[in-house]
Amino acid sequence: MPGPRTRGYEKPKDLKGTLKRILGYMSAYRVHLIVAFIGIIGNAGATVSATYLLRPIINSINPKAGEEPDWNKFTASVLLMAVIYLCGVVFSYLYSRMMLTVSTGTLKRMRVDMFRHMQDLPIRYFDTRTHGEIMSRYTNDIDAMREMLSQGIPQLTSSIVQVVGVFCVMLWLSWQLTLLVLAMLFVMLRVVKVVGGRSANYFIKQQRAIGVVNGYIEEMIEGQKVVKVFCHEPAVNAGFDSRNEELRDAASNAHTFANILMPIMGNLSHTLFALVAAVGAGLAIGGWIDLGVIASFLQYIRQFTNPITQISQQLNSVLMAMAGAERIFALIDEPPETDEGYVTLVNARRAPDGSLQESDRRTGFWAWKHPHEDGTTTYTELKGDVRFEDVTFGYEENKTVLRDVTLYAKPGQKIAFVGSTGAGKTTITNLINRFYDVPDGKIRYDGININKIKKADLRRSLAMVLQDTHLFTGTVRENIRYGKLDATDEEVVAAAKLANADAFIRHLPQGYDTVLTSDGANLSQGQRQLLAIARAAIADPPVLILDEATSSIDTRTEALIEKGMDTLMQGRTVFVIAHRLSTVRNADAILVLEHGSVIERGNHDALLAQKGKYYQLYTGMFELD
Amino acid sequence: MIKKLLPCVGEYKKQSILAPITVACEVLLEIFIPFLMAKIIDVGIKQRDVWYVVGVGALMVVMALLSLCCGALSGRFAAIASTGFAKNLRGRLFHKIQDFSFANVDRFSTASLVTRLTTDVTNTQMSYMMVIRTLVRAPFMLISATIMAVVINAKLSMVFLFAVPVLAVALAFISKTAFPLFNRMFKKYDAMNASIQENLVAIRVVKAFVRRDYENEKFEASADDVRRAQVKAEKVIICNMPIMMLVMNVCIVSVLWFGGGMVANHAGMEAGELMSFINYITQILMSLMMISMIFVTLVMSRSSMARILEMLDEEIDIRDDEADESLAVPDGSITFEDVCFSYAKDGDNLTLSHVNLQIKSGQTVGIIGGTGSAKTTLVQLIPRLYDVYSGRVLVGGHDVREYKIKTLRDAVSMVLQKNVLFSGTIRENLKWGNMQATDAEIEEACRAACADEFIRSFPDGYETDLGQGGVNVSGGQKQRLCIARALLKKPKIIILDDSTSAVDTATDSRIRAAFRENLSDTTAIIIAQRITSVMDADSIIVLNDGEIDDVGTHEELMARNKIYREVYDSQQKGAE
Repeated sequence: MPGPRTRGYEKPKDLKGTLKRILGYMSAYRVHLIVAFIGIIGNAGATVSATYLLRPIINSINPKAGEEPDWNKFTASVLLMAVIYLCGVVFSYLYSRMMLTVSTGTLKRMRVDMFRHMQDLPIRYFDTRTHGEIMSRYTNDIDAMREMLSQGIPQLTSSIVQVVGVFCVMLWLSWQLTLLVLAMLFVMLRVVKVVGGRSANYFIKQQRAIGVVNGYIEEMIEGQKVVKVFCHEPAVNAGFDSRNEELRDAASNAHTFANILMPIMGNLSHTLFALVAAVGAGLAIGGWIDLGVIASFLQYIRQFTNPITQISQQLNSVLMAMAGAERIFALIDEPPETDEGYVTLVNARRAPDGSLQESDRRTGFWAWKHPHEDGTTTYTELKGDVRFEDVTFGYEENKTVLRDVTLYAKPGQKIAFVGSTGAGKTTITNLINRFYDVPDGKIRYDGININKIKKADLRRSLAMVLQDTHLFTGTVRENIRYGKLDATDEEVVAAAKLANADAFIRHLPQGYDTVLTSDGANLSQGQRQLLAIARAAIADPPVLILDEATSSIDTRTEALIEKGMDTLMQGRTVFVIAHRLSTVRNADAILVLEHGSVIERGNHDALLAQKGKYYQLYTGMFELD
Repeated sequence: MIKKLLPCVGEYKKQSILAPITVACEVLLEIFIPFLMAKIIDVGIKQRDVWYVVGVGALMVVMALLSLCCGALSGRFAAIASTGFAKNLRGRLFHKIQDFSFANVDRFSTASLVTRLTTDVTNTQMSYMMVIRTLVRAPFMLISATIMAVVINAKLSMVFLFAVPVLAVALAFISKTAFPLFNRMFKKYDAMNASIQENLVAIRVVKAFVRRDYENEKFEASADDVRRAQVKAEKVIICNMPIMMLVMNVCIVSVLWFGGGMVANHAGMEAGELMSFINYITQILMSLMMISMIFVTLVMSRSSMARILEMLDEEIDIRDDEADESLAVPDGSITFEDVCFSYAKDGDNLTLSHVNLQIKSGQTVGIIGGTGSAKTTLVQLIPRLYDVYSGRVLVGGHDVREYKIKTLRDAVSMVLQKNVLFSGTIRENLKWGNMQATDAEIEEACRAACADEFIRSFPDGYETDLGQGGVNVSGGQKQRLCIARALLKKPKIIILDDSTSAVDTATDSRIRAAFRENLSDTTAIIIAQRITSVMDADSIIVLNDGEIDDVGTHEELMARNKIYREVYDSQQKGAE
């Protein structure tokens, strides 16, 4: 039952181009498609020719006055009809089966393409779109495509073939009656146009009303607890009722037009049936046609008008699916994260002469492989030395977030960023791992311009523990192993112990094999953060970025994991962002950021002695002593 | 199930009755058309009576047009009735949520509540429309067409005795086989979508760990699972059409075979009758197909209805029906008398156990404790967001259950840990605290919450639009707006549940200073991670594992409480 559409009614912009691309996707199933098309033609042909056989059958048993019924002709026609019908059934199954393979396979390819491409998109893309928006490409738009591929296109094709076939035979049987059919066809097309147009308009209105109501529901349910705390229920109810009534109004109009199309078309077809019966009878009396013609013709009317109703219904859903396909292709066409880097990270070992050599085994010792234009290749040891030189950056064209930031982190140093929300702390870390790019040469890693380093290799040399911890569906073990896919079970446990996560993991029902679902909802925020730290620990990179990694861990627990953190940080360059000043005190250098600029730099004692912003922040904690 | 949803028809009863009546009329008018066609052929042509042909033909056209009107009307009625039904249902659900207590809200996730109000209601609406229209039309058509066929030729209609059971069994068999397969497919589909969602949310993690290929592989496997499950399920369903065609065609051929003989031998059947008989066969089998399709849809939407009913049946567990309307909250004193609490309402699984506490009106009280020590749980009992498991919570000397909920919550203002702003301007949001607040009052509250300054820095000031969920302000600004909103209520008790965590320390201490100056009569309860946020309080409660470990001033606790000192030391380490 194709229910009324509740999805968007956007019209596709480039119908031809989109169709071409969809066909491109389907072309992998060329043989299936050809067989399906043969099936469609065969099925339509069977319907048309079997109906035609009504004529000889009726004529043979209804002989002209004085003649005997023609039994041979009757038997032959009925048997032929049975055979043709049987073929029709086989053809019909054949094309449905073929299209099933085509549509499911095509959808899978589209999904995979979309997903693969999504993985390559820059972070900026995700920042500017809501998750719901991207998800709806995978759900709504793909669903519309599925309907179109498995029903829309085959039905449309078979309807067109059938309409053309039936029309030719009708014309051949009786041009007079065909004229009548043409006249009614004209009326029907007008109706489809008027009703269909109205319906589309109202559906757009309904869509808007649904958007408003859903937005309101989402917002109020999200804030349900606040509503209760403020006893705001009556006002919220009133707000909902008025929006709900608007939706009802729009929906009832939209559905009206969707509902009346079928009875109107059906009954116009009955009217045509009545007219053909009457006029045909007149023609038969006049001797222009025989009774068999009327019999076939009356059957043809249904076979002519049904596909037209179907086309009028399918057309909208096909157009909608096309608009959806355009959105899918728009995602696939989105420019991917650019990466012109050519410096790679390789396993290395030190040759007896002290120079670095590439190794194909895991040596636990890494080097940057730097091919030069003149064909030579140099190797630089991976140390974790990071420098910013006058970096100015903004997420949007005219909104600078960082202004002339210069900083250096020597290998093994712990650098902390302090500053209020929006001062640009997270932005700095986003630049280090090239989630966002800055102009050439401004940021150097072990002396190499980071824009020259392949993103994947750059990121492999860094590990991050982010403000919002995200875990994946899977076991605890798999989640920790995410940092190093080939880690052994012992390594996983060691990493967990390092992050002080081992104890709570062992208390979980299945220990390391406990399955985490929906972003680790069965764990507390603190526990999730411990897992994220373990995940970074197992990756064992020279540079570590901790973005408010301990913000959700209470200070007592933090004190417990501090030892683990200290071990983890040993020998690595570490960037720490923290709200809590207690976590940054022992950093080698503390950078105080304000409005995107570094206003102070130094270690804890030096900054306190400086009596600047840091001193204010720090003593702000003690002003009541 | 249906009985409980029926009241939602409400004011749309008229349309709900008219829709099936008009659709029945449509069928009645429609059903006579092939019968009249037979008359034209068997009487009109045979007797060469042109006037008979014209007369009956005109009658047929008139009937078709009348049927058209009935059909269109029923479409309109059904649209009004079903969308009205959906409106009432949606309204009832939404109002029900407003009645929910926190415990009720916790039981359903936000996402599942939204789905119930949107997708599930739409599914139910479609089912309702189907029930009052298609589900009337198809069986009615089936019966009338059968009657007509029997009237034309009873002997010939025996073919139905063969066709209908075969078709029914086949369709039932297909549906039964397909259902579990479809369920499995939907599960795979959900799993795939969940993995996409997960990747979207955690895209930074995926990128940071360079796990693109790993994720791609995982997804491809999951997409292929979906594809295979879909082929498996739909392979069964696509048999529907060919089987239906087969049965119909067998009927037509056998009717032509046996009927043809009768016509030729003049054995009680005319050619026109044979033609109309074939028409009725088509209609009967079409109706059967339609009915089977309706049942599939109805069964599928049954889970939607079940989800809706689950919500409607949800027992509201906090009520104030017997509370005294006139009882006002006299002051801001709070007493906990041997309070136990359990989210699961299970005495063996207590979140708070045997808490005794005395807070005088006007005091400032800090609460310190590790994650999971039940700090939030404790304060949520004060505005009766949850009910105690045992013991009593008293506010102003009365058990919180004696007050009307509105009275109590107006007196107890709470800034939640996870706070929410709503779409609209800053001023509109602040007015949630007090609808009648004047501009001066609003500004005063904002100054106390240290929000006035940044609000003024916005180009539109207090008229700045916040967007859904307050997306246009930073975390710290959001928290300060929430505090201002709570202050506007002029409550007797204000509770800040870790509400300044995103506010920097300097601002935090300024807010506390403002509190001390302006809210000397108000009892303030402050939950905090930072000791500095609570060390100046009149007393500090140290919570540990759902029990009160100690109560005292900063100095007292420093002297005697181990946990407190540990927390303090961890935060002050490295300081001189």
